[in-house]
Amino acid sequence: MNINLTLIGQSITFLAFVWFCWKFVWPALLGVMQEREQKIATGLQEAERAGKDLELAQRKAAEQLKEAKAQAAEIIDGANKRANQIVDEAKEAARSEGDRLKAAAQAEIEQEVNRAKEQLRSRVATLSVAGAEKILSVNIDAKAHDDMIEKLAAEL
Amino acid sequence: MAAEQTATGYIQHHLQNLAYGKLPAGYTRADGTVLSESTWTVAHSSQEAADMGFWAVHLDTLGWSIGLGMLFCFLFARAAKKATAGVPSGFQSFVELIVDFVDKVVKDTFPHRNSMVAPMALTIFTWVFLMNLMDLVPVDWLPLAFAHGTSAITGADPHHVYFKVVPTTDLNATLGMALAVFALMIFFSVREKGLMGFVKELTLHPFHSGKWYIDIFLIPFNFLLEAVSLIAKPVSLGLRLFGNLYAGEMIFILIAIVFGVGVIGFIGAGLLQMGWAIFHILVITLQAFVFMVLTTVYMAMAHDREEEHAHDQ
Repeated sequence: MNINLTLIGQSITFLAFVWFCWKFVWPALLGVMQEREQKIATGLQEAERAGKDLELAQRKAAEQLKEAKAQAAEIIDGANKRANQIVDEAKEAARSEGDRLKAAAQAEIEQEVNRAKEQLRSRVATLSVAGAEKILSVNIDAKAHDDMIEKLAAEL
Repeated sequence: MAAEQTATGYIQHHLQNLAYGKLPAGYTRADGTVLSESTWTVAHSSQEAADMGFWAVHLDTLGWSIGLGMLFCFLFARAAKKATAGVPSGFQSFVELIVDFVDKVVKDTFPHRNSMVAPMALTIFTWVFLMNLMDLVPVDWLPLAFAHGTSAITGADPHHVYFKVVPTTDLNATLGMALAVFALMIFFSVREKGLMGFVKELTLHPFHSGKWYIDIFLIPFNFLLEAVSLIAKPVSLGLRLFGNLYAGEMIFILIAIVFGVGVIGFIGAGLLQMGWAIFHILVITLQAFVFMVLTTVYMAMAHDREEEHAHDQ
């Protein structure tokens, strides 16, 4: 076992390899590893946040659904009420229209009656004059007895 | 294992590195030839390798360690380049597993700010593991392939071609790394605390009275203690790895010898080899881990300020 120049050679070789590893191997590998670590950490964080977001969204959706259902019920309720109202209004309008028509008809009937009465009255006047003429066999001056006839007619 | 080799020769052959160095003029080589002038050459025997002295290199150690280190750099750099922050693919997730593991260990043991420590820990863990892993390749495969390969090309005697596959069983490799760690320790100590701070740490601890006229006499004693503990760190770091792997390699070699002893020896050695290899998977990983953790701890100590030190005690 001889100690010789190999000793120095080995020292230099050793330092050279250490230098190489220091400059070219270690930083690159460690950098990549740290980068990945970071990536995984953020990935996990994001996954957690996404889970929370999902839960939140689900809760929100459920809430909105409930709200929508309530609104729909309200709308249907309102519509029902309105329909009833419209029906009532229509009924009311029909009734009043009917009343009006009935009233108008009655008025016309009354008018007709009055007119008939009037006609009858005038005819009665004429007939009574004619009757009186016949009875008296005298031509009565129509004009002279007009007043009297009028009174007679009014008494009918 | 060649038939004419003795067990001792076999073991020695396995424990000799492929040394390349200078032999002086007039040197008698292993095959009996005498060199007319000093020559740079590959050692043909353990004696030659020893005679080359300090100015020689172990081609196999350097070759395998640099090769495996480059394999590590290539694979990890490619993974880093292709890496995406999305879903990681097969090899990327494997690399990230290691990086994450190392990062956690470093964060636990190194509380200071220094972007170099974690990559260094990764380099040590992976590189040392790869070098240790060569121990699991059956001991004869690569050396025999290399010896016969070179003898086929250069015509050299394959018995004189040495080849150690596991760099961490070479004390040069482990101590070399430990020395680099030691240099970084001192560098960071001085950078963090200043030269005076570092000197103070060496001289005013652990015995400190607060009165300068007493401290002066405590300085030599303190310095002795601190220097020993400081130097013990890289030495123990290097020797621990070397010792564990050398012992493991040795046992693999011993088991390999048993393969030659009849049918029972063959079966027994097979079982032993398997058992030891399985156990060794644990050892090589553990040693790579220990080297990494200790380096990180030493770096943390280098960054610890004196006040924090005083606070701890």
